[in-house]
Amino acid sequence: MPIFIDRRLNPKDKSLGNRQRFLRRAREELKRSIRDQISTGRIADADREHAVPMPEKGTSEPAFNDARDSGRRNHILPGNRTFNSGDLIPKPADGGGGPSSPGKTDSEDDFRFVLSREEVLDLFFEDLELPDLVKLNLKQILTFKPKRAGFAASGSPTNINVGRTMRNSHGRRIALRRPKQTELDAIAQQLAMLESQPPNAGTLKRIAALREDFEQLERRRRRIAFVDPVDIRFNRFDPRPLPNASAVMFCLMDVSGSMGEREKDLAKRFFVLLHLFLTRRYERTELVFIRHTHEAQEVDEHTFFYHTQSGGTVVSTALEEMHRVIEQRYPPTEWNIYAAQASDGDNFSADSERCIELLDGKLMRLCQYFAYVEIIDERESHIFGATENGTSLWRAYSAIEQKWPNFQTRRIAAPADIYPVFRQLFARQPAMRQSA
Amino acid sequence: MDRQAGASRLLFSGSDWDFKKLSRVYDEIEAIGVEELHLDIYPVQMEIISSEQMLDAYSSVGMPLMYRHWSFGKHFLYNEFLYRKGGRGLAYELVINSNPCIVYLMEENTMALQALVTAHAALGHNHFFKNNHLFRQWTDADGILSYLNFAKGYIAHCEERHGLAAVEAVLDSAHALMEHGVFRYHRPPKLSSEQQREGLRERLEYEERSYSDLWRTLPPSQRVGKAEVRDESVVGRKKSLNLPEENLLYFLEKNSVVLEPWQREVIRIVRVIAQYFYPQRQTQVMNEGCATFVHYTLMNMLFERGRISEGAMLEILRNHSNVISQPAFDDPRFSGINPYALGLDMMQDIQRISTEPTAEDRDWFPDIAGRGDWRDTLLEAWANHRDESFIRQYLSPALIRKWRLFVLADGADQPHYEVASIHNERGYKKIRAALAQSYDVGSKRPDIQVVDVDLLGDRYLRLQHQVKDGIMLDGKSRDATLRHIRSLWGYDVSLAAIDGETGATLSQRSTRDL
Repeated sequence: MPIFIDRRLNPKDKSLGNRQRFLRRAREELKRSIRDQISTGRIADADREHAVPMPEKGTSEPAFNDARDSGRRNHILPGNRTFNSGDLIPKPADGGGGPSSPGKTDSEDDFRFVLSREEVLDLFFEDLELPDLVKLNLKQILTFKPKRAGFAASGSPTNINVGRTMRNSHGRRIALRRPKQTELDAIAQQLAMLESQPPNAGTLKRIAALREDFEQLERRRRRIAFVDPVDIRFNRFDPRPLPNASAVMFCLMDVSGSMGEREKDLAKRFFVLLHLFLTRRYERTELVFIRHTHEAQEVDEHTFFYHTQSGGTVVSTALEEMHRVIEQRYPPTEWNIYAAQASDGDNFSADSERCIELLDGKLMRLCQYFAYVEIIDERESHIFGATENGTSLWRAYSAIEQKWPNFQTRRIAAPADIYPVFRQLFARQPAMRQSA
Repeated sequence: MDRQAGASRLLFSGSDWDFKKLSRVYDEIEAIGVEELHLDIYPVQMEIISSEQMLDAYSSVGMPLMYRHWSFGKHFLYNEFLYRKGGRGLAYELVINSNPCIVYLMEENTMALQALVTAHAALGHNHFFKNNHLFRQWTDADGILSYLNFAKGYIAHCEERHGLAAVEAVLDSAHALMEHGVFRYHRPPKLSSEQQREGLRERLEYEERSYSDLWRTLPPSQRVGKAEVRDESVVGRKKSLNLPEENLLYFLEKNSVVLEPWQREVIRIVRVIAQYFYPQRQTQVMNEGCATFVHYTLMNMLFERGRISEGAMLEILRNHSNVISQPAFDDPRFSGINPYALGLDMMQDIQRISTEPTAEDRDWFPDIAGRGDWRDTLLEAWANHRDESFIRQYLSPALIRKWRLFVLADGADQPHYEVASIHNERGYKKIRAALAQSYDVGSKRPDIQVVDVDLLGDRYLRLQHQVKDGIMLDGKSRDATLRHIRSLWGYDVSLAAIDGETGATLSQRSTRDL
């Protein structure tokens, strides 16, 4: 008889530590693939599992190996049908090991593995320099609130429902005819009375009978517990997601020729971060993409990021388009409206006035939040970093920023600059939670 | 009536298993195995695991506990990828050479499969582990689990104390040299017991704590006639360091001057584990052959005795034939010689030679042909051989013909392969020798040795690669491995490739030029 051990219930993820060590080791490379995937994929896809190729750098395991293209070896193979000794067989053109190579063709390098959502976000957040609390908030899926929902037969002791438990216990005691204390008391009283009388044969017999009755009842009482585990009921709680309204996020971007690859990549990360924030806050988040040159139009995500259009730059057209979409599809009473605009700051100077007018007069009343990022060259960052002067659009937006607290502007030269745009948004979050 | 009696004799019916059935089947199989095949086994501990746990075990070199390292994470991802893709099924079982012998059974297996696996692993492998001389002499079945437990704890302790990165650096370097961390010729010392190791470590820690440079009061020795002393001392110092030394990890562990005590211990752990697996690599064909032969024979005996139903037997045979399939070399599924198939065929061939030999067999195997005692012959072979010697001794012409084996000579500078031998009178011996040679693990790995180092001088470590048959080292991985040696040694390292026949230096590589 062998010893059996059932290991199936042992904790899973025994190799989690190894996985974490591996991911840490390949961090730089994984970060690059995640960034590539996020910058080429859809915004909403950032927030899920990603399959990534096996990183090559830093994860090779070298050892002294024979070079395959040197020396003389013998291959011993089964299944000879036509060969005779002395036959010459030309080597295949690829120069590999020939007959011995099939089966070794799938190298360890060309496989992909899946990173969990959390791991992806970790990598995505890395050079955005988010505070830890914000990271935690973004990684959290939904907030749940436990809500009473009936009773359960199992649970934690703190959740015992005393009323229901006692009701069950009572019913069981009646059904099983558990002797009551009063019955016992009555017999005890009788016994005491008989024992106080002078003994004779009749009373002695009666006492013995009563004693026996008494013990039997006692035994029965002991066997049938007052409260049995089967009686116990617990309050059951259902985790219910907090009621969240819907949000719509407008992505506005200047797509004229001056927005290059780097600018678009930064803009995309900016949009992804805002979207992550919104999907945490709201149960339903929709995205609207509006691109503009000298005229604006609503497009799908792919067109938004990958199609360039030639033309001048008139920012107000995008704001007008946004206003039109809101009026048409997103009544502010039902939707929380967020907007994120990315641009390199070019605009016809006369148009900036028009933008102020639109934002101040119409849009800011409808929007929960409006974030504007101006993507500047890294070399310019120290010139423009703090000063108020800048493009005409920047100056115009600065005026609005002062007037409306939920309007944010920022110049971005590197990924780390993105988060401060949202700082206020994230800071306000706990307060908003409480009010919700 | 008769049929009913037969039905009640069945060990199990249906495909679901439970612990009662497993235990009943094991007892029956063990009884038959001991009685009919004279097997001698360690007590068995069976563990039921899920597929994920099997993947875990795969990636930590098949051991139930293992220290943490990123490379195991990488292998896990790779195995998982293959498994999910469907490219590879998981093994039905995994068996560990320990006392008691641990056998992992997958929970998804049907009862018939569990019976097969029990015979294969708990009897076949188990007998081989307990009786084969390599395992008896070179590994310590009683101590391995407690040693691994110690290793895991020790490395976790080091990670806490010295940081992940520092431990990882040592492990990376040690893993690169794992192949060169085994003693091939003299036996490794027995694993010391856990208490002894504990005591040793405590002493080390105490010495570390109480070390004070102030106590070093001896004046430095005066050097006179330095040059002459040096010339003479080359021979002396080689002798004192036991050079040449082919166990690179052992050499670094004992002689590197830059390693801290804990780093030496980590290297030692890697070395001990490499040594533990060395016999397994030398006995792949025999080990699998023995297990396959045992399960095939025992399952058939059970079936003949009416203890297994026809349906279950059919399932067992199907799995059996999957395991021992050997595609021909030009088949797209071909991926080398299947050790299960070769081992089983050779052992059944021995059985045939003992019981119904042909004239040819009497010629080739006069000492076993027709003697009829195939059990003893097999037991003897299992106990005393490794793959290389087993094939050299027992591969028969009949089997070479059955397999249609041929030898293909492959010179890297030739535009074509040459068929050197085929299954004919002239070829038998050559094929047998070539096949045996290809299973000689020791001669297959590059022969690299430490030849010289001047510990009191520049500490330049010189390694030598004895090139055999003109097979050089792969340049990229060689350089990376040299870097690892350098990081363990702390000073520059050079590797010279010396032609084994002519003694000419073919190439020279040093970490100074990397």
